[in-house]
Amino acid sequence: MKNIFLFIQRYFTFFSFLLLQVFAIILLSSSSKTHQSFLASGANEVTGVINHQYSGLRDYFNLKETNRQLAEENARLRNQLADNFLIVDKGKKIFVDSLIRDSLGRYRKYTYLPAKVIGNTVTLQTNFLFVERGINQGAKKGMAVYGTEGIVGVVVETGPNISKVMSLLHRNSKVSAMLKKDNNSGSIEWDGTDPSYLTLKNITKSARVSKGDTVVTSTYSANFPSRLMVGTVAEISSESASNFYTLKIKTATNFSSIQYVYLIENVRYSEQVQLETNPSKNP
Amino acid sequence: MSTLLKNIIRFIFFILFQKFILNEVPPLHQFIIPYIYFLFILWLPFSINRLLLLFISFVFGLTLDYFTGTPGLHAAPCVLIAYIRPFLLNLLIPQETAEQSYVEPSHTSMGWAPYGVYVGILTFVHHFYLVLIEWLQFGNFFYFIGKVAATSAISLLMIFIAEILFTRKAKFRTNK
Repeated sequence: MKNIFLFIQRYFTFFSFLLLQVFAIILLSSSSKTHQSFLASGANEVTGVINHQYSGLRDYFNLKETNRQLAEENARLRNQLADNFLIVDKGKKIFVDSLIRDSLGRYRKYTYLPAKVIGNTVTLQTNFLFVERGINQGAKKGMAVYGTEGIVGVVVETGPNISKVMSLLHRNSKVSAMLKKDNNSGSIEWDGTDPSYLTLKNITKSARVSKGDTVVTSTYSANFPSRLMVGTVAEISSESASNFYTLKIKTATNFSSIQYVYLIENVRYSEQVQLETNPSKNP
Repeated sequence: MSTLLKNIIRFIFFILFQKFILNEVPPLHQFIIPYIYFLFILWLPFSINRLLLLFISFVFGLTLDYFTGTPGLHAAPCVLIAYIRPFLLNLLIPQETAEQSYVEPSHTSMGWAPYGVYVGILTFVHHFYLVLIEWLQFGNFFYFIGKVAATSAISLLMIFIAEILFTRKAKFRTNK
């Protein structure tokens, strides 16, 4: 008996080594099965706090990538909106391109393409944005441009990989818009002064406008899908000589901080524009 | 700074460094995960009690394990190298000189060649055992061989760089 104790005493370090090894291995094998291992809940509480702090820190470095992903996801989701599809009039037989056909028998009218803004001004009288999407990536002249908060402008020039967008903050910009409340439509322009305010002209005085009313794109626009956010009424001014209000609109989009936009393609854009611009020869 | 305080700081530093920097590095290859956290065990003082050394190593490994979510995986190799460490030190350092006059193993206290052997062997043992445990769980022989070799090489390189960058003051033992 004494010898056994002596033996244990002599090799105590070795035994404790073996013990710890066995303990570690048991811990490992049981943890992979049960997830309820020794001290796990308490330890995870502590490591969780540290991990949370660290990921909070690391999130800042991933913001750019996260942004890009969200913009892409949004574009994908917007492409699935019901508003993008038209219900076909079956009274007449027409030839259809099967590529744009939806399985429900509806046809896509609008396609959203995400684009990164690589150049932007707000301080000039003629402000343009440059976006990283050109002819090669499906951009076309006349496409509507929509930011994440509201409309931004219209594509006016396209290069192979980069497009030039006429911002709403351009003296010649003109977009058809309406009051969300009662669908009275007018046109959005810019007076060249404050980049956060636009002007909505040609709203009839019969419309009941009040401050804070929402202004959205009208249903008449060729390039913009209807009911996209433009801004809110900030100031109402009416001249007694005219039958129309002139409304000051606070833009929904913050033009000085645009990072990502969507180019919106209307499949029937050219058709509509052609009809609108060419007067019919046989009235 | 007292030895105890210094080692507590090292403990925390190595765990956080391993978890939040080395384990986060985007892998160059499936074989390569650099490990240098066990340098903590290698740098513990000469005079430490062997039993205490084992327990400290176990706790150290287990701490990292709870961060990576694999209880026991790092604890086992840590205990192994902690067990081997005293034997290796006895072999490598000339008695009477280093162990008597310096506090902890370093290239200044042991000389480059013995210290290199000391670090090299323990690194290899650590990785061999670590990957062996992994291998027993997932199994693939070439994975095993490749990973031991690649990971050991990268880790040794990093330890070497760490030694050069952070010169530890070789502290002499004093009679206090």
